[in-house]
Amino acid sequence: MPIVEDVSFYLHKNEFVTLLGPSGCGKSTILNMIAGIVPVEEGKVYIDGRDCTGEVGNVSYMYQKDLLLPWKKVIDNTILPLIIKGETVGEARKKAIPYLSLFGLEGFEYKYPFQLSGGMRQRAALLRTYMFSKDIVLLDEPFAGLDAITRYNMQSWLMQVADKVKATILFVTHDIEEAIYLSDRIYVLTERPARIKEEVKIQLSRPRERDIVTSTQFNRIKKHILLNLS
Amino acid sequence: MKKWRSIGNKVIPLSFSTLLIVFWQLIVERGVIARYILPSPWDVVLVCARILPEIKEHIYTTLQEAFTGLFVAIILSVMMAILMDNSPIIREVVQPLLVVSQTVPVMILAPLFAMWFGFGILPKIMVVILVCFFPIVVSLLEGLNSLDQDFLNLMKSMKANRWQIFYLAKFPSSLNNFFSGLKIAATYSIIGAVIGEWMGGKSGLGVYMTRVRQSFALDKVFATILIIIVLSIILFKIIELIQFLVMPWRRAVSK
Ligand SMILES: Nc1ncnc2c1ncn2[C@@H]1O[C@H](COP(=O)(O)OP(=O)(O)OP(=O)(O)O)[C@@H](O)[C@H]1O
Ligand SMILES: [Mg+2]
Repeated sequence: MPIVEDVSFYLHKNEFVTLLGPSGCGKSTILNMIAGIVPVEEGKVYIDGRDCTGEVGNVSYMYQKDLLLPWKKVIDNTILPLIIKGETVGEARKKAIPYLSLFGLEGFEYKYPFQLSGGMRQRAALLRTYMFSKDIVLLDEPFAGLDAITRYNMQSWLMQVADKVKATILFVTHDIEEAIYLSDRIYVLTERPARIKEEVKIQLSRPRERDIVTSTQFNRIKKHILLNLS
Repeated sequence: MKKWRSIGNKVIPLSFSTLLIVFWQLIVERGVIARYILPSPWDVVLVCARILPEIKEHIYTTLQEAFTGLFVAIILSVMMAILMDNSPIIREVVQPLLVVSQTVPVMILAPLFAMWFGFGILPKIMVVILVCFFPIVVSLLEGLNSLDQDFLNLMKSMKANRWQIFYLAKFPSSLNNFFSGLKIAATYSIIGAVIGEWMGGKSGLGVYMTRVRQSFALDKVFATILIIIVLSIILFKIIELIQFLVMPWRRAVSK
């Protein structure tokens, strides 16, 4: 059985688009194909009109797991993409330091990953992703492993960061509320093999307050997606 | 609670060993077993102190062989593990040979080495290399394989090349396993040298042991065993110390 079938979608510049689908439907596989890590049997990936199928290094990619290296201090984890590009540790650290406060890591840069809370580890992984500095950012369920309260705070935080850094974000989640709160558009996926069931435009104005999730408009969208999923 | 348990973890084995030694001391002292058949622990310690001047030179020889052998084994096994990790073909070819090499008893190989390489220091070093090589290769290979596949993919997505993947991720992630293998190898190295020396030579703990055994000086045989044990433990602890220094993040984890 194929993992992904007939999936076709696009992202505008600086848009926040979410792939929403049940566990195991093939969301990570789609991101892996875009990132050029998994071979694509059929279909193409285009960036700015250029065929990038199977190419690595075109997007910043954050995995489902934080994948921080336990033997590297937080700051050295975040500069990994710069080190790979051939920069020295000194130069690279200098570039990362201005972002520490935005990513809520100030004061923790010289700690080891295990000394951090789950939310902080995710923010460190996000900063590492950001340091790769590509215009397109793929985020694979970055908050799935966090407790509800931390997840809630992380969502608001990501919203602010996304506004500030101006990136095109492809976000993956199976949390409906998270998807609606963060996104400009949502693609709802089916069970494996993943197909696009529906495209939902989220017409909520920005900036969005945290309590927007209790508004009637929000809940109407939520109800619509829920009904469509079942 | 945790603290109590960790103290208990040390107290129980320690008191058990102490009990065994006391028991041994008592049965010899009470004459249950004659002294010339089994010397008491205290006798062994006394003999140890007495023979130290004459045995020093032997210790030195054995240590020299063990260190040289261990050093060469580390270099060879690290190279081999990296080769095997990078090439599936080499791994397929070498893995069974490695296992077979471990099934040949060292006691049989040692005299062969003596025949081939003479009675100098070389055949002893060869035995040490032989016993140390395997544990390091196996553990290092496992360590190099232990890196999360997703992390490899993450690095690939950042356009890392093979060398970067190796030195930034694979090698450091294998250090834990590497040191486990190294600790085993280090403890084998001394006894490996001693076994090599049993086949003959001018000096070394194995040579000394053969001599005192032939003159039925059992207390001296036991004293030599004690020295071998102490040397092995010291070497083990040295490796542990190096690991402690090389892997600071690990230290912090256990805190
Ligand atoms: N390398 C692989 N080889 C074969 N099958 C795979 C591979 N990776 C994933 N799969 C299968 O493909 C399907 C989709 O996997 P994928 O990880 O893309 O799902 P997902 O939507 O990200 O799930 P989750 O919400 O659990 O992260 C699963 O059934 C999985 O078992
Ligand atoms: Mg997934």
